[in-house]
Amino acid sequence: MGRVLPLPLREGENVAATPSPAATPSSPTTVPSAAPPRRSTLFLFRSASFRFAVVYAVLLAASAAALAMFLWWSTAGLLDRQTEAAIHADAQGLSERWAEGGLPALVLTIEDRLAGNVDDDAIYLLTDPMMRRIAGNLERWPASVRQPAAWYEMPVRRAGITSLARLQRYDLPNGFHLLIGRDVQVRAQLRTLLTDALLWALVIVGAMATAGALLVRSLFRRTLANVSATATAIAAGDFAQRVKLSGRGDEFDQLAETINDMLDRIGRLMDGVRQVSNAIAHDLRTPITRARTRLEDAALHAHTPDDLRAAIERATADLDGIVAVFQALMRIAEIEAGSRRSAFCRFDLAPLLGDVAELYGAVAEDRQVSLVVAAPAQIPAYGDRDLVQQAIANLVDNAVKFSPAGGVVRLRAMAHPDGVEIVVADQGPGIPAGDRARATERFFRGEAARSTPGAGLGLALVQAVALLHQGSLRLEDAEPGVQATLTLPAPDDAAAG
Amino acid sequence: MRILVVEDDKDVAGFVVRGLKEAGHVVEHADNGRDGLFLAASETFDAVILDRMLPGGIDGLKILETLRGQKNHVPVLILSALAEVDERVKGLKAGGDDYLTKPFAFAELLARVEALSLRGKSEGPLTKLVVEDLELDLLSRQVKRAGQKIDLQPREFRLLEYLMRHAGQVVTRTMLLEGVWDYHFDPQTNVIDVHVSRLRQKVDKPFPTPLIQTVRNAGYMLRAEPV
Repeated sequence: MGRVLPLPLREGENVAATPSPAATPSSPTTVPSAAPPRRSTLFLFRSASFRFAVVYAVLLAASAAALAMFLWWSTAGLLDRQTEAAIHADAQGLSERWAEGGLPALVLTIEDRLAGNVDDDAIYLLTDPMMRRIAGNLERWPASVRQPAAWYEMPVRRAGITSLARLQRYDLPNGFHLLIGRDVQVRAQLRTLLTDALLWALVIVGAMATAGALLVRSLFRRTLANVSATATAIAAGDFAQRVKLSGRGDEFDQLAETINDMLDRIGRLMDGVRQVSNAIAHDLRTPITRARTRLEDAALHAHTPDDLRAAIERATADLDGIVAVFQALMRIAEIEAGSRRSAFCRFDLAPLLGDVAELYGAVAEDRQVSLVVAAPAQIPAYGDRDLVQQAIANLVDNAVKFSPAGGVVRLRAMAHPDGVEIVVADQGPGIPAGDRARATERFFRGEAARSTPGAGLGLALVQAVALLHQGSLRLEDAEPGVQATLTLPAPDDAAAG
Repeated sequence: MRILVVEDDKDVAGFVVRGLKEAGHVVEHADNGRDGLFLAASETFDAVILDRMLPGGIDGLKILETLRGQKNHVPVLILSALAEVDERVKGLKAGGDDYLTKPFAFAELLARVEALSLRGKSEGPLTKLVVEDLELDLLSRQVKRAGQKIDLQPREFRLLEYLMRHAGQVVTRTMLLEGVWDYHFDPQTNVIDVHVSRLRQKVDKPFPTPLIQTVRNAGYMLRAEPV
């Protein structure tokens, strides 16, 4: 804070000094208090709260200085300008007299003017080339007044009284000299008064700027402390911490909400990762064990090359299955990471449904299951076409897989103003109500699914696709069977741009 | 075919080179990016199998971009452990003709490389595909076998067309999914087998010799002799 206070003060000094015509124009002094070591200064400036405080203080000081300057210009400055104008007018008149009637006329005029000067503030002195007085109310030519057309402000002695005067020298032809001036004693007093008042005002402004800066800084710090404390706690491992909201709904609350949303999402992703690693540990153990057993068994017990080859081929198939599970897991992870959102576009869902129905129609027919599609001719949708296609394919795949012979799988799609709804219903064993919530977890396989091939990742992928599109996957009892409803919301026009 | 394999993993490279040689191809191998680029740029190959992450300062994508910058249009199959969709798109954008992720089945790699080298070899636009007594007219979209008209659904037509364009070559299920259905993921159920078996009902069943052969552990092949 060492630098906040001097700044407005220095500005103030400059304001007070510059307009004074007598004072030598003082150039703004370079930061004399920049004494603190450079490193600590840099460190202070790296603090945003300090920067904000300084900016506040400097702004306040600058506006106060500007105001003071204007005040000065419009009061003390105005008086000075009036004096100068009067002297100029006098000079003009006297030089005309000189031109008309020469020295005698000028002397007469000066005496006339002195006599008519009610305020008794006019000063005239006419001298010969030897600087001897010819006319006027000054006794002597002031020794320091040498330059014509320059302004002098100095004490002069007049009728036994010393007072402050503003003077200008005019050189007349034939070596005569004329001094014209005004007594400015009263004005000088007024100016001093004004200067004092302004200086005090600036001191007060400086104090206020400092106090304000401190306040801004502490406000800033207090607002950030909340976020900072949460971040520190999370960095230390306490992920349950959230930024507290002030409840005012201001920008900082909005920031806090955004941060909390982000933390929630990170938390969900972390849970997902944890869940997946657990699942991998548990669920991939079985097929890996199977492959390993087959190979070891073949190495120990195979008697013919054909046995060996068959065992190796089966183990390879097991490994391929594991690879497929890995690929499915990675794809789900990729979808959940949300990086695919860049591939979003508008597309027509209808041909896509037709394709899926066509692809699975043959399989369904083979199993004596009828696949019935009901969809309008055009269904405008928005999202990642490939992923939506895969999600629908997974739903249809499940439905066909779990349908009993003679069953019906219905694939319906409807376009709503706020999105698209895709419904896949089968007449299979269904999912018990207790399992329904867990059905979309990775590797979850219900009792009914134990006898069918699969890794329990199909619905997890559909769920991931739904979430990526900010839609939802709903599983309901179709009595009998399952009805899966995938909802993809319509894009807000801004996003679809 | 003359094939260049740029792959730094000794086991994978050895396996691929051996397999390609067994399949009757001439194979050159480079185990780093610098040698790979040098070979690919200075000699003529029918296809290049390119790993993405390579030692020697030059990675697979850089090799590919350099080759394409020199107007070298040799078919390139990228073989990479980078499996994300974005990585795949990056590889294809850089000028790759196909992208296969590790781990992979050799049959898949072989089928794709052979399919690649076929690309762009046909002179002018084809209007008719003929394999043995099977004819497929691309203009009138009619299929005949031994002079007898066969009615096919549009998708069956495309499936047969794909098989006939790759006649004599192994076509994997993934290739069919990508080439015929434009699906870039693995459906859990073996949907392709069902579609192929339906096609067989129409194309093979009424005739004495089957043309659509199943290649064990790999896929399908269209030709007269059983595999």
